[in-house]
Amino acid sequence: MAQAGSTFDLKAGSFTFPTLFLQSGNLDTLSEELDARVEQAPEFFRNTPVVIDLSALESGGVDFPLLVGLMRGHGMLPVGVRGGTPAQQESAELMELAVLSEARGRRPPPERTSPSASGQSEGAAAGEPKSGAEQLRSANQATIVDRPVRSGQRIYAPGGDLVVVAAVVSSGAELMADGNVHIYGTLRGRVLAGVKGNREARIFCRDLRAELVSVAGRYLISEDIERRFNGAQVQIRLDGDRLIVDDL
Amino acid sequence: MARIMVVTSGKGGVGKTTTAAAFGMGLALRGYKTAVIDFDVGLRNLDLIMGCERRVVYDFVNVISGDANLNQALIRDKRCHQLYVLPASQTKDKEALTLEGVGRVLEAMGKDFDYILCDSPAGIEHGANMAMYYADDALVVTNPEVSSVRDSDRMLGILSSKSRRAENGDEPIREFLLLTRYNPVRVASGDMLSVEDVQEILALELLGVIPESEAVLNASNSGVPVILDETSHAGQAYADLVSRYLGEDLPHRFLDVPKKGLFGRLFKG
Repeated sequence: MAQAGSTFDLKAGSFTFPTLFLQSGNLDTLSEELDARVEQAPEFFRNTPVVIDLSALESGGVDFPLLVGLMRGHGMLPVGVRGGTPAQQESAELMELAVLSEARGRRPPPERTSPSASGQSEGAAAGEPKSGAEQLRSANQATIVDRPVRSGQRIYAPGGDLVVVAAVVSSGAELMADGNVHIYGTLRGRVLAGVKGNREARIFCRDLRAELVSVAGRYLISEDIERRFNGAQVQIRLDGDRLIVDDL
Repeated sequence: MARIMVVTSGKGGVGKTTTAAAFGMGLALRGYKTAVIDFDVGLRNLDLIMGCERRVVYDFVNVISGDANLNQALIRDKRCHQLYVLPASQTKDKEALTLEGVGRVLEAMGKDFDYILCDSPAGIEHGANMAMYYADDALVVTNPEVSSVRDSDRMLGILSSKSRRAENGDEPIREFLLLTRYNPVRVASGDMLSVEDVQEILALELLGVIPESEAVLNASNSGVPVILDETSHAGQAYADLVSRYLGEDLPHRFLDVPKKGLFGRLFKG
């Protein structure tokens, strides 16, 4: 191996990836459940590197080629596995998945991390080709929802605003956006604006009865919100480190 | 092609099967060829409520697995010949229903019937998913209390994401709300959610309100769909429900506390 020259520097970087905690080796069920999950927030999973955690799995074979295909089909880029038996890890490596260290305990095998980079770029090439227009849309445009958001539903607007033009966002529903969230009906569920840390994000709402509101990780639960705002038209924004509710 | 309606709720014991029986009978009495399918495999009840439990030979699961054909399994109602019941199996479990199998049976029935009602089991698991997957319409049965309302809300979320229409990107399922066991006296005293409360939470078209009535229990026990008890308020409210579904514009009845003189009548059912 050549020494690092002028064409590149080698540095360590740490990234946070979503982790898929595999509870069962039944890939048919997984496929169905992924369908449902991805359908709720298709943009969230698009080209997202994902680590597969095998620790909850029984020992036994995992069909990694199928699993990887399944995840890529849903837009994810599986980059590595964590936990699992040595046999499972070995078959993961055959699919060019990196074996990552467990959260604590096991010694990390450092030389295994480099293939993950190549695996990732391969994944991107093998994934569905994204048109420029589509990328632009996810970067700039708002996601508009015009049906009621029901208890148990979760909507994520990546890269932009989320606008809900429906009568209700029910208690037990969850709205998330990288940008602002606008709700034109009654809000009874949870709303998280600026989920990737955008402190300028705000929540606008015509009828506030929320269970929880959050901007860039700061949150208020319903009992922290002054009673006079119950049913009010409000905007919610960060002022320094404090989340404040204002009349509109 | 038949219109497929799922009668669903999430929560158990709210009146799905009573409603499926009454609604099916109501459509059949108006001259539409109607089938009611019991999806509650393992806990079948529809046959009891319809009064045909002694005539069950083959069931839905037998048809799916090819052990019987549809004509052998469908039970024709003796009171109204336009009405048929496809009973659930009592011995199998819900896993016996497959998406493909259910689709095949509904497809075959669709050519012959005007309406197919799918009586969903409680819960949001396999059986309920099977019952709602192919639906064109959904009648969401809710009691005026918070847990039932929340479960209905959850079920509405599932209807809008896990049905065939949702998966194909077709026009969404038409969703209707039916409030059952409505007791105006308890609403007035604040013990029960009002029609307005429930509508505000669910934001859904209200297709009917069935008052709490002893007639419902009596009808279930004697195997007669309550819609046939034309003297009872519940029976009349179900008849209104059918009319509204078929496009008539009727005001909702039995929402207010009855006047003194009517009290006795209400409690006699």
